[in-house]
Amino acid sequence: MSTLAAEKRPPRHIPDKLSTPAGRLLGSWETLLAAVAIAIFTANSLASPHFLDPWNLSDATYNFTEKAMIAFAMTLLIISGEIDLSVAAIIALASTAMGAAAQAGFQTPALVGIGLSVGLLCGAFNGLLVARFGLPSIVVTIGTMSLFRGIAQIVLGDQAYGGYPSSFAWFGQGYMSDFPWWPTIPGFEVVTFEMVAFVVFALLFGILLHRTTFGRWIYAIGNNAFAAQFSGIPVQRTKFILFLLTGLMSGVAAVCLTSRLGSTRHTIAVGWELEAITMAVLGGVSILGGSGSIPGVVLAAIVMGLVTFGLGLLNVPGIIMSIFIGLLLIVVIALPIVVRRIRSRTPA
Amino acid sequence: MSVAQAIAQNSTPLLEMRGISKSFPGVKALDSVDIALYPGTVTALIGENGAGKSTLVKILTGIYQPDGGEIIVEGEPVHFASAEAAIRNGITAIHQETVLFDELSVAENIFLGHAPRNRLGLINWGGMNARAAALLTSIDAPVSPYMRLKDLSIAQRHLVAIARALSVEARVVIMDEPTAALSYKEVEDLFRIIERLKRQGKAILFISHKFDEVYQIAERFAVFRDGRSIGAGLLAQTSQDEIVRMMVGRSVDHVFPKFDVAIGNTVLKVSGYSHPTEFNDISFELRRGEILGLYGLVGAGRSEFCQSLFGITHPSAGSLELEGRLIEIRSPADAVAAGIVYVPEERSRHGVVLQMPIFQNFTMATLGRTTRAGFLREAEEFALARRYAERLDLRAAALSVPVGTLSGGNQQKVVIGKWLAARPKVIILDEPTKGIDIGSKAAVHAFMSELAGEGLSVLMVSSELPEVLGMSDRVLVMREGRMAGIWKREELDAETLVRAATGNP
Repeated sequence: MSTLAAEKRPPRHIPDKLSTPAGRLLGSWETLLAAVAIAIFTANSLASPHFLDPWNLSDATYNFTEKAMIAFAMTLLIISGEIDLSVAAIIALASTAMGAAAQAGFQTPALVGIGLSVGLLCGAFNGLLVARFGLPSIVVTIGTMSLFRGIAQIVLGDQAYGGYPSSFAWFGQGYMSDFPWWPTIPGFEVVTFEMVAFVVFALLFGILLHRTTFGRWIYAIGNNAFAAQFSGIPVQRTKFILFLLTGLMSGVAAVCLTSRLGSTRHTIAVGWELEAITMAVLGGVSILGGSGSIPGVVLAAIVMGLVTFGLGLLNVPGIIMSIFIGLLLIVVIALPIVVRRIRSRTPA
Repeated sequence: MSVAQAIAQNSTPLLEMRGISKSFPGVKALDSVDIALYPGTVTALIGENGAGKSTLVKILTGIYQPDGGEIIVEGEPVHFASAEAAIRNGITAIHQETVLFDELSVAENIFLGHAPRNRLGLINWGGMNARAAALLTSIDAPVSPYMRLKDLSIAQRHLVAIARALSVEARVVIMDEPTAALSYKEVEDLFRIIERLKRQGKAILFISHKFDEVYQIAERFAVFRDGRSIGAGLLAQTSQDEIVRMMVGRSVDHVFPKFDVAIGNTVLKVSGYSHPTEFNDISFELRRGEILGLYGLVGAGRSEFCQSLFGITHPSAGSLELEGRLIEIRSPADAVAAGIVYVPEERSRHGVVLQMPIFQNFTMATLGRTTRAGFLREAEEFALARRYAERLDLRAAALSVPVGTLSGGNQQKVVIGKWLAARPKVIILDEPTKGIDIGSKAAVHAFMSELAGEGLSVLMVSSELPEVLGMSDRVLVMREGRMAGIWKREELDAETLVRAATGNP
């Protein structure tokens, strides 16, 4: 019988990859973002003499560190095809809970525990509604966005919680040189606790997304949830964990932000959900799910931080800043698409 | 011969493509191919998966721009800058998986984008519905223009797609595997429509993997292989063997490669498996090295039953024994762990993640084999993917390109390879050769035999009688969710199976 399989020709060679690592890097979104970051950095240092001051730069990192922590978790969630619009409301609720606990005399470790627990609980609630009951996440989290912040508003009204223990200020105001075990490298005494946390979380989320089975599942689910399910991937459990993780990171951001501000109002972190999503999308995460990277989001966070800080130094009002960020988002997203269109129009 | 003579007299092509080339990164999809379509004539485009048929259709319908070559319509060179331009030139296509809109009415689907308008520029609903009704009548479609598309059967949707294609004053009609999802009777209906289109002088390009259909409906043929034109001419003067040789570049034995395999002990025992709506009281034993065919009409509940064995849906009653042990399967992960895997019917929806690289699809179900403590090891992933890619003779530019760039047959190889990597005991193949060309089909069949020979138990769902008869050791027939019987290989004949499946005495 002369079937194809029976003929047993030598197997065809298929290469692993088509392009070289350098070629892939050159054409990547991350490279483009890095170029934008360098351009803005240069423009800022030319525009304002105060920009390159190390203490100024160190303070500038507060513009993005807390939001980026949420954006990392949001990135995973968006790649999986879901979204969480309630993150800023979770911050408000967690911060309110910490404020109430501080009034009741709880000390720093307990406050941190409460902040993180509230974040986890809120995330579990979102995750339960989406993963267990199959509701669309955009609807669920629009609802919980009002719910969580609504509770904070009922508790606080027009009042504010303050009176946090002085050791609580570490998280949002501390420099690493305050820590006895931080190595005394000249020039690095200006590094903030939050900046270190940003780097650590970037590494953790980068490893989780790009180097683990769980991360691979996230991509598979975001690209084709059916095929993922038909491959034995626990789709709903993965989504639940991602909501939990997003809630937890909102709790972390709540600790840092509350610590930095030293007080809690019900309007804390208003609008941050959109900034976190903007960071993710600017970082190359497809809003439709399925693609994106943590290095891209890290660069996007730095770009947004630099823009905000540079414009702040030039005394540009806040509203102009949001206009600028919005334009940046549109330009950076439209540019590669426009370039591709023009290229494909010219005959080969 | 009379048709062939008529064509010989009328030898001016309505449309000609000359020297058409098209490249994608890493692949030359078309290399200077030629094809001519004549008025009132069906030309069959034949070739294996990946031969370049779909690319040609996309160029002809203005979706892709060719890198070189020319398209000539009635002696005039034309250029289709967009799908709209192709439609303006009277070229229309009915695709493999027709894109229609569930929530719109039949008439809206037919005239979407070119609805008749009234003096105010608004849609002329009365006119549109009347014209839709006329079009549907002209193809004998038992469908009202007012029905919602989601209420129609697959065959009826196809008729709507044909009506849509005809609503634009088409001169050239492209049919890309129009019969893939149709039953025998529906195919007959389709062929009547095609005959009518022929009489109206339309040129038809008919793409199908089924030779009996090609010989029944087409007068001319063109064979592509690996992106090149291999041959073209009149079917009346060309034997099926010659065409098969052109397609694969070598002869393929039509006999199904079913080897005699020593059938071992019972591996899987299904007892009284039931589902509230889809199937009822299914019981059988599957042995080591056995291929059990599962035959039935579309809608008999075969896929639903198989998906319950794989943990996608859940049975309401019944039990499952694997190698003598009672097991319960609550999720696909349970099934994979137990050694039961499922190659789904809807390949691009359920089988592969089109956007992800080939090697990641190969390892998707078995990441435990190429990871350590949950951490990915890319080199091992490539090695595993390469092993199965070579074993299945995969054709791809690289292992890191998206699966979506592969042809249907090669995508199926990826799905099968993914599951072989899980080292299963039982493999369920749901319509494993649906929409696959004859060369890949033979390869899949040979491979199935090889797996059975290695001691794997195969449960094969198939609607193709030759495949069921040729490959199965035994055949279980399902009718309306119930078992109609099990037959041994030596008792099998086509008539028995069809009678059992349809319930006709």
